Amino acid sequence: MELYELTALELGACLRRGEVSQEEVCAAARARIAAAQPENNAFLTLAEEIPPAPDLTASPLAGVPMAYKDNLCTRGVRTTCASKILGNFVPPYDAGAVERLSAAGAVPMGKLNMDEFAMGSTSETSFYGPVKNPWDLTRAPGGSSGGAAAAVAAGEIWYAIGSDTGGSIRQPAACCGVTGMKPTYGAVSRYGLIAYASSLDQIGPIARSAADCAAVLDVIRGRDRRDGTSLEAPAGSLLAGLTGDVRGLRIGLPAGCFGDGLDPASRRAVQGAAEVLRARGARVEACELPLADYAVPAYYIIACAEASSNLSRFDGVKYGRRAEHCRDLGELYCKTRTEGFGAEVKRRILLGTFVLSAGYYDAYYKKALQVKALIKDAFDRAFRQFDLLLTPVTPAAPPRLGESLGDPLRMYLSDVYTVPVNLAGLPALSMPCGFDGQGLPIGAQLIGPALGDAAVLNAAHAFQLETGYHKKRPKGGTAP
Amino acid sequence: MKITEEMVDYVAALSRLALPEEEKADMAARLEQIVSYMDVLNTLDTGGVEPMSHVFPLKNVLREDRVIPSQARAELLAGAPEPDEAAFLVPRTVE
Amino acid sequence: MTWETVIGLETHVELATKTKIFCGCTTEFGGAPNTHCCPVCTGMPGALPVLNERVLEFAVKTGLALHGTVTRRCKFDRKNYFYPDLPKAYQISQLYLPIVRDGALEIPLAGGGTKAIRIRELHMEEDAGKLVHDPWIDQTRCDYNRCGVPLIEIVTEPDFRTAEEVIAYLEKLKSTLQYLGVSDCKMQEGSLRCDVNLSVRPAGSAELGARTEMKNLNSFKAVSRAIAYEARRQIELIEEGKRVVQETRRWDENKDATFSMRSKENAQDYRYFPDPDLPPLELSEAYLERLREQIPEMADEKAARYQARLGLPAYDAQMLTGQKALAGFFEAAVALGAPPKQAANWIMGEVLRRLSADGLEAKDMTLTPGALARLIALVQEGRINRNTAVRVFDAIFADGGDVDAYVAAHGLEQVSDAGLVEAAVERVLAANPKSVADYRAGKEKAFGFLVGQAMRELKGQAAPQAVHRALGAALKQP
Repeated sequence: MELYELTALELGACLRRGEVSQEEVCAAARARIAAAQPENNAFLTLAEEIPPAPDLTASPLAGVPMAYKDNLCTRGVRTTCASKILGNFVPPYDAGAVERLSAAGAVPMGKLNMDEFAMGSTSETSFYGPVKNPWDLTRAPGGSSGGAAAAVAAGEIWYAIGSDTGGSIRQPAACCGVTGMKPTYGAVSRYGLIAYASSLDQIGPIARSAADCAAVLDVIRGRDRRDGTSLEAPAGSLLAGLTGDVRGLRIGLPAGCFGDGLDPASRRAVQGAAEVLRARGARVEACELPLADYAVPAYYIIACAEASSNLSRFDGVKYGRRAEHCRDLGELYCKTRTEGFGAEVKRRILLGTFVLSAGYYDAYYKKALQVKALIKDAFDRAFRQFDLLLTPVTPAAPPRLGESLGDPLRMYLSDVYTVPVNLAGLPALSMPCGFDGQGLPIGAQLIGPALGDAAVLNAAHAFQLETGYHKKRPKGGTAP
Repeated sequence: MKITEEMVDYVAALSRLALPEEEKADMAARLEQIVSYMDVLNTLDTGGVEPMSHVFPLKNVLREDRVIPSQARAELLAGAPEPDEAAFLVPRTVE
Repeated sequence: MTWETVIGLETHVELATKTKIFCGCTTEFGGAPNTHCCPVCTGMPGALPVLNERVLEFAVKTGLALHGTVTRRCKFDRKNYFYPDLPKAYQISQLYLPIVRDGALEIPLAGGGTKAIRIRELHMEEDAGKLVHDPWIDQTRCDYNRCGVPLIEIVTEPDFRTAEEVIAYLEKLKSTLQYLGVSDCKMQEGSLRCDVNLSVRPAGSAELGARTEMKNLNSFKAVSRAIAYEARRQIELIEEGKRVVQETRRWDENKDATFSMRSKENAQDYRYFPDPDLPPLELSEAYLERLREQIPEMADEKAARYQARLGLPAYDAQMLTGQKALAGFFEAAVALGAPPKQAANWIMGEVLRRLSADGLEAKDMTLTPGALARLIALVQEGRINRNTAVRVFDAIFADGGDVDAYVAAHGLEQVSDAGLVEAAVERVLAANPKSVADYRAGKEKAFGFLVGQAMRELKGQAAPQAVHRALGAALKQP
């Protein structure tokens, strides 16, 4: 068995047992990256030097090569958000999650490509070129953490840290056949995560198994005094809590999520996943989750409003790129931002500015916050009857490159299964559950109540004990 | 909801973005398409619903009034497009 | 036609916390540019704000002292606009749910009586940075040391009619804030700044005229003069048949006039919305009660107590309570045994004289209440006379030190030995037979001359009463 076929936990164990050296592991990762990068463009920046061998007792993941989505600030390492406007910005600080992983012995191999400022569902809006799906290089890997999912799928790294505002971990995980988790809002510190929409953004792992995700979350979750929205982690290790026992677990299948908009292969695969969990003792039933149709518009209003404010700091004064030959301050702002942001980012800034502007605030922004309250309420009611919900992640297989760029609304609509979760601040995980007729991976989403991260991971672990979808690798030309 | 080019000009000015003339009509059409889609929210009765700005149950998150050493100035200025040794520079803004 | 001026005030007060409102950087004034900064207050990507608990306490205390209603569930909002002194391109402030509403501050009126100025709201926000233009390179330098220094903005209703009322309000507000210990209110360092909203209307009219907002008022003098100028300007416009434009105007201290700011800055759409990075505040009754208990006795209460309990005249009581530090000094001296009226006289006389001569604030002086109390005691005991005491005071005020030690070291103690005084008197009488004769002939003035001579003989160190007594006795003898 090749090293890249191991999970992160398995590789960590091999390192601790001395079956493989740190040098060999890093060399293997570098070789995989060198082979895959020209094909999938998953990385934006490669680590120049490998840090000194970590203390292998620091965590079960110590010594395992990994990488960060390029919207997490890394001290001394270029951080771009895949945008031209950040230029060669090198943060003088680490994100909270980065600090914790460093202390746990993570071995970062570089920074991962993404949609510019995490705005997109296909990882095509990067200023540095699109990421390609390792399962089919003519297709998008999903987004916005497309580089993270592609690099894990292609066996370049054993896990990655991404961010999820409306599905940006779960969608690429589903499209690339890997496991990705968006934890409860506040579970992981957002300090040092370059904000897209602060009330929705959450950092999480993309890895090869639910167990790997649990191990990563054990390291990165917990309160950070620098992020007032971060939460104290509930006691106990998530990894140690993975029993695989789902007997008596009540799982709801929201009927509205399995309607006409869903590709038949996906429907079969997700329903198949439900059957696997039922076979292990879970009580699976259809349920109602009203208002899901309102989630996408409410999400885009809230996310764009916050983004328009969050992205105002990119003005060519303090960091990043400044337009040349500006006669005055007004021109400096305008040229810098017009040249520095891509089309989708500009569209969302304009949209967000519009919904907050005088005369429209109540009709759009305030209305969206009310709808958000109703959606949270609908989930609360569902979780009085069910422990978890099971839904698709995406309506269909990942689009061909370029296909969705001309039709932003269509791209927004593909977020229908993932954005309600962000609005309600819930934990949710995407796990591979099958393949469509073209051999492209399909994901299933498990959603838990707030702080129910352990239950979500355990159900996914139960599924993965029973199935082998998460172990499948793309055949494409990524052989070392 | 009709989005006119004037509205696009207004939000672009507020956002400090300059759209080329030839892109304005297209941007207005795109935004109108999206905003019209968002208008579906108006079919939902939200009377009496408290707008939810924060979804999590946290409140009163406070910090002690204790000084933490500031960041080295050179590090803060290192990424600036046009600093001198002590400050960020911009074109003339004040007299 | 007679005109009435209608004025409302927005006052920004820098709070005297150790650290900034949303990060741990120091709030110390001055410092080399950009040395009191971190990723949070310079708006670096990914940096997040966390509220300083002391800022909330100070804002709530001020609200309670101004008899306002504290908003029990409150939030912060973002005010969005681009300017180089605002690194995030939004200011964290409070629009929808300010921490305090509906307060009032009572001010004394020039003609006697008081007037209640209604306070519409008080909210917390962060200060912006400082921009300095460098003509040599024709560029503006951005210094973010002041970015994130905590402010409260106190907004009144348009309740003022004269500049005097505005100044009385500012004096009273300053005293209140200083008594609370929430701000040092140094206008010259910008820790108290105000914007004046002003309109004029025909006397007796109930409608408000178009108003202008004047910014950049950094002293009480500037406030007075700007009000006078702007009221005159508006009245002249109307009398010429022109219209007052609602706009923001900048007060130019040097030109003694207000100038319209660019119209762009007048038309703003700040797109306020709740800041998602800061969880809401929910203040319990117990929290408010705890802060209520911490509110100290205010100037008015103190002044009333000084009159009732310490028997001070109203004038003295008001003078002493005008500055919190002065009142504290007075009370400490009294607690150490100084008779209240004498302590008051010393403070209103010598202490204020020296403070003004040295350009010091009461809170910055090094003289201790103990030193003053001891000085008063020595005079009372007749061990030094009043003139000597002032000499000692001046020395101690400047250089510190112990009163008794100074008196001893400089041999200033009065001669209280009756024998020495009598001997001196005898010498003086012997040396001045003409004056003695004059006195005995009924010329009272000669007595004063003889006292002076005797004092000189005693190097000024005798108690005047003792000299009087000895001289009187000696002259009665044939």
